[in-house]
Amino acid sequence: MSSSTVIRFALGAYLLVFFSYLLGPLVVMSMTAFNSSAFPSVSPWACFTYEWFDVLLNDKHIRDGIYYSFIIGVGTVILSVSMGLAASIVLTQVWPRIRSTYYTMIIAPILIPGVVLGISTLVFWDRVGQFLGAPDGSFLHGLFHNGIFLTILGQSTFIASYAMLVFVARLQRFDPGLTEAALDLGATHTQAFRKILLPFMRPAIASASVLAFLASFENYNTTTFTIIDYKTLTTVLAQKVRLGINPSISSLAFIIIVLTIFAALAFEAVQRNGRRREAVAQGKANPPSKGIIPPFFHGNFAAFALVALAFVVIMMVSTAQSHSPEVCKQQVRDARQIEIQQRIDALKKSRALKEQQSNSEAAEPDAEPAPASSGAFGGVFAPSNLSADEEEPEASEPKEGSGAFGNVFAPTNLDSGD
Amino acid sequence: MSSGVAVDLENIWIRFGDFVAVREANVSIKGGDFFSFLGPSGCGKTTILRAVSGFLEPSQGQVRIGGKDMAGIGPNKRPTALIFQNLALFPLMKIWENISFSMEVAGASTAERRKRADELLDMIALEGQGDKYPSELSGGQKQRVAIARALCANPDVLLLDEPLSALDLKLRQHMRTELREIQKRVGITFIYITHDQGEALTMSDSVAVMKAGVIDQIDSGHNIYDHPSTPFVASFVGENNVFRGKVKEIKGNDALISTNRSGELLSRITPSQVGKLSVGDDAMMFIRPETLRLGKADASSKTTISADVINEEFEGNSFSVFLKGDGDKSIKMSVPNAGQDHISSRGENLSLHYDATNAVAMPAGELASE
Ligand SMILES: Nc1ncnc2c1ncn2[C@@H]1O[C@H](COP(=O)(O)OP(=O)(O)OP(=O)(O)O)[C@@H](O)[C@H]1O
Ligand SMILES: [Mg+2]
Repeated sequence: MSSSTVIRFALGAYLLVFFSYLLGPLVVMSMTAFNSSAFPSVSPWACFTYEWFDVLLNDKHIRDGIYYSFIIGVGTVILSVSMGLAASIVLTQVWPRIRSTYYTMIIAPILIPGVVLGISTLVFWDRVGQFLGAPDGSFLHGLFHNGIFLTILGQSTFIASYAMLVFVARLQRFDPGLTEAALDLGATHTQAFRKILLPFMRPAIASASVLAFLASFENYNTTTFTIIDYKTLTTVLAQKVRLGINPSISSLAFIIIVLTIFAALAFEAVQRNGRRREAVAQGKANPPSKGIIPPFFHGNFAAFALVALAFVVIMMVSTAQSHSPEVCKQQVRDARQIEIQQRIDALKKSRALKEQQSNSEAAEPDAEPAPASSGAFGGVFAPSNLSADEEEPEASEPKEGSGAFGNVFAPTNLDSGD
Repeated sequence: MSSGVAVDLENIWIRFGDFVAVREANVSIKGGDFFSFLGPSGCGKTTILRAVSGFLEPSQGQVRIGGKDMAGIGPNKRPTALIFQNLALFPLMKIWENISFSMEVAGASTAERRKRADELLDMIALEGQGDKYPSELSGGQKQRVAIARALCANPDVLLLDEPLSALDLKLRQHMRTELREIQKRVGITFIYITHDQGEALTMSDSVAVMKAGVIDQIDSGHNIYDHPSTPFVASFVGENNVFRGKVKEIKGNDALISTNRSGELLSRITPSQVGKLSVGDDAMMFIRPETLRLGKADASSKTTISADVINEEFEGNSFSVFLKGDGDKSIKMSVPNAGQDHISSRGENLSLHYDATNAVAMPAGELASE
């Protein structure tokens, strides 16, 4: 075996480990979305089911969370992209000697913990309200204590810095001579900005918008302080983890993963198509021969993969209409019933045996082993401690004596859904 | 199309902090002229042009276009169009959109713009290429598009900042003729910047020669070449042999110079310096390589130079003979190729003759560095 084979083998193994580390959790999570077991799990595999998607779509909290996350995301994109663009343009115009100081100042919010940003946003706007003397119930007071308003502002403080980094990278390749040429040809400064600089920045604006939206959508640290009485997807999910989750979360994850792959493939397909058209225009490639395949697909594997994925999704949606796991679930229930019956019988037998051995001993209280009376954190994270002001229906029956994760891992949960 | 409009620079000073980029520039350019600024890199040519187009305000002095003071008028309000050193075509716009940009910002309709762009594309011999992008054109084609874009704005004055410097020699020569033709056709004032003297001399009605922020001479190309007014102009424009020495005698417009190396030599005084040179002054005398001829030794002649050959180079249409000259400078003589095998041999002592009217004398000064 030559050394290059060894290296190639090692590299392959490394990549395998790396990608399983990267993607393994996502694959497992996606699978749990289709298991009928009430707690997200792959084994024991109960029944293949789409019911968690149903549960997800009927969950008002998650729906509201997604809705507000979306609104906040759009607001954050608008605010932080315009702030980032302005900041980056100022950076290119500002007096060279203070440029690095300015840069540090603008970039600082990225380095400040999100928690700090959240709290300071909350405090700052409260003070602004007081300073302006906005009375309780007035519009301004309402605005400065509005979760959506504050969250958009709070998130934009650091997301604008991300956006600025994207813009600065693009601006470095801009020839200021182009703006001068436009001015020289009679354009006003506004026209020069709109017709020359803005079109040049368009790709950067698109990627900064995507970046800003994703950063906003997944933000928790800042949002959890500024959101007040609203909720976003992240805050809803965080609550659910505390209160006990079911695989509808996995189905949400699955949907997000599929959408991401879809977007990535679509982007790649469009890029490939653009590159091919450019190559054809420069005479470096042959124009696609006329055939049954549309030119878009010519040598475009991403486009094929895109269509295949769309096909799979459509198939899944259509089978979901007819697929019914009821029979299977009944079987699982029956099997479980029999198993429980057998266990009860075994217990009864052993109890009878014990009774025979010593009549004075008290009977065992339960068939199932009860959870330990308290976990590592005592009752600190018990939902009852945190949800006093929230009307969570799930929170209504907190189990006493649950551990650090509430009753999530209580074995009794595994059966209750079937 | 609008006919030429005069441009006047009056006592212009331009400073960047303590650095003086342009010093006391006084230039008046006639309407419809092809005027060139010629000078080495970094001498302030672009800076002057930016002051004319309005991208910077002179620290002192006045720019007048068509007699009107331009102080406080921005580049988009001046009747000038600038062709940038790097062309600055808009990469994301098609050629026809580039050309008609000035109409777009003025609010013209698409049909009007397209029509005018097509006319201009015809003029620059690029008909039918309007839908390409700048990246799809060759260097010379881009050049012509930049000219068309500037002309589309109907400027009174067209400013060109070394527009040919990026092109190869053949194309450059072709574009020179083409530019001159365009200028004659549209009849507007051209202000042209170059550090290539050949360009300046062939195209211009007038040339201003600049040295480190100072304009040394403004004259026709012919006069710049034949009657340089400073040692810098004499040595920067074309090739020249320099002889240093002191003025021994002055007879009208002629001076007898006692040179450091070649004895007493007779020369005419360059017109602008007549009367400024007196006996005993440090002087410089210049003789062009093509005006030197081989002759017999004649010790009494005041127009004969005796020197030893260093080497000889064959240049196709001529031979260049290099001889030991003043200090570290060699004397160059060029002899037309009339079928000879060679002119001289190494170390040979030659006698070079010249006509006193072909030599120019002037007060000593700074030479252009090679
Ligand atoms: N914005 C500026 N700030 C400071 N100095 C400058 C500035 N612009 C130009 N200069 C200086 O002014 C001098 C003249 O520059 P300019 O660009 O006019 O040269 P140029 O003659 O056009 O040279 P080239 O032939 O290389 O284009 C240079 O020494 C340059 O360093
Ligand atoms: Mg320049």
